[in-house]
Amino acid sequence: MADVLERVTKIIVDRLGVDESQVTLEASFKDDLGADSLDVVELVMELEDEFNMEISDDDAEKISTVGDAVNYINSQV
Amino acid sequence: MTLSLDGKKFVVMGVANKRSIAWGIAKSLHDAGAELIFTYAGERLEKNVRDLAESLNEEYRVLPCDVTADEEVAKCFAAIRQEVGTIHGVAHCIAFANKEELQGDYLNVTRDGFLMAHNISSYSLTAVAKEAKELMTEGGSIVTLTYLGGERVIQNYNIMGVAKASLDASVKYLAKDLGKNGIRVNSISAGPIRTLSAKGVGDFNAILREIEERSPLQRTTTPEEVGDTALFLFSELSRGITGENIHVDSGYHIL
Repeated sequence: MADVLERVTKIIVDRLGVDESQVTLEASFKDDLGADSLDVVELVMELEDEFNMEISDDDAEKISTVGDAVNYINSQV
Repeated sequence: MTLSLDGKKFVVMGVANKRSIAWGIAKSLHDAGAELIFTYAGERLEKNVRDLAESLNEEYRVLPCDVTADEEVAKCFAAIRQEVGTIHGVAHCIAFANKEELQGDYLNVTRDGFLMAHNISSYSLTAVAKEAKELMTEGGSIVTLTYLGGERVIQNYNIMGVAKASLDASVKYLAKDLGKNGIRVNSISAGPIRTLSAKGVGDFNAILREIEERSPLQRTTTPEEVGDTALFLFSELSRGITGENIHVDSGYHIL
């Protein structure tokens, strides 16, 4: 779990240029981390690469917070 | 005759990020010795493009170009003329459609969505060719990106397919018009590649799997493969080719 969160955090910090302290499990990509729709697509692609997985359009739509992403990844690997 | 583009200058339009097909083309041209000028649409993508351009060359050239306004395209090419004078080619890698209209039935496309897709994805090539022609005083080559969805029905590609059909026809008419100026116009029909744009097409992962399973080469297309074909089309090796569309898609289009 910690490892997944760490890797997800690094991707978010790199992509969105936010401070690591802002990346909490409750943080919403759009509302708290300032991601627009293109950022979200880029993040999904980065996560797919990092964790060598496919995230379907339907599943991607359900991911709105950092915690959602971490839980989704944990449920798949 | 070689593949070298030493001393030649090319405009690469439409890099969004490191996954972009335009970026694959830029890398191939750079490796062949070309000097590149990048254009981007909207501040949203400026930093991405600047970072990537800088990774190739410390003295990079990056300019804004909004292809939906004639005066903006004219301004962009005037700036390019000021920076480098003559150019030898343009890689046009630009397309856009509403995400909501890239799924379900084509029939649901709106008039506005239809016009916007054609404006950005098809007319932009003609608008760019008009301006680029003035800078291509030594002749040259224009290459655009199309997709099989413009030749036949591909699920969810919808309005983008109709816009690509328009783009494909534009390539032929532009090739006819610009031939007398020594300018060739061709397109590359790339197989599906995991780019930011492609991710806007509904259930894109399924399209990729289909290529892996069924295409003659049994693998998906890479931006590098498209980049190398673009390099050929920009080089003197392809001097007899214009108005052509080359499929770089692991052979999928023959099925």
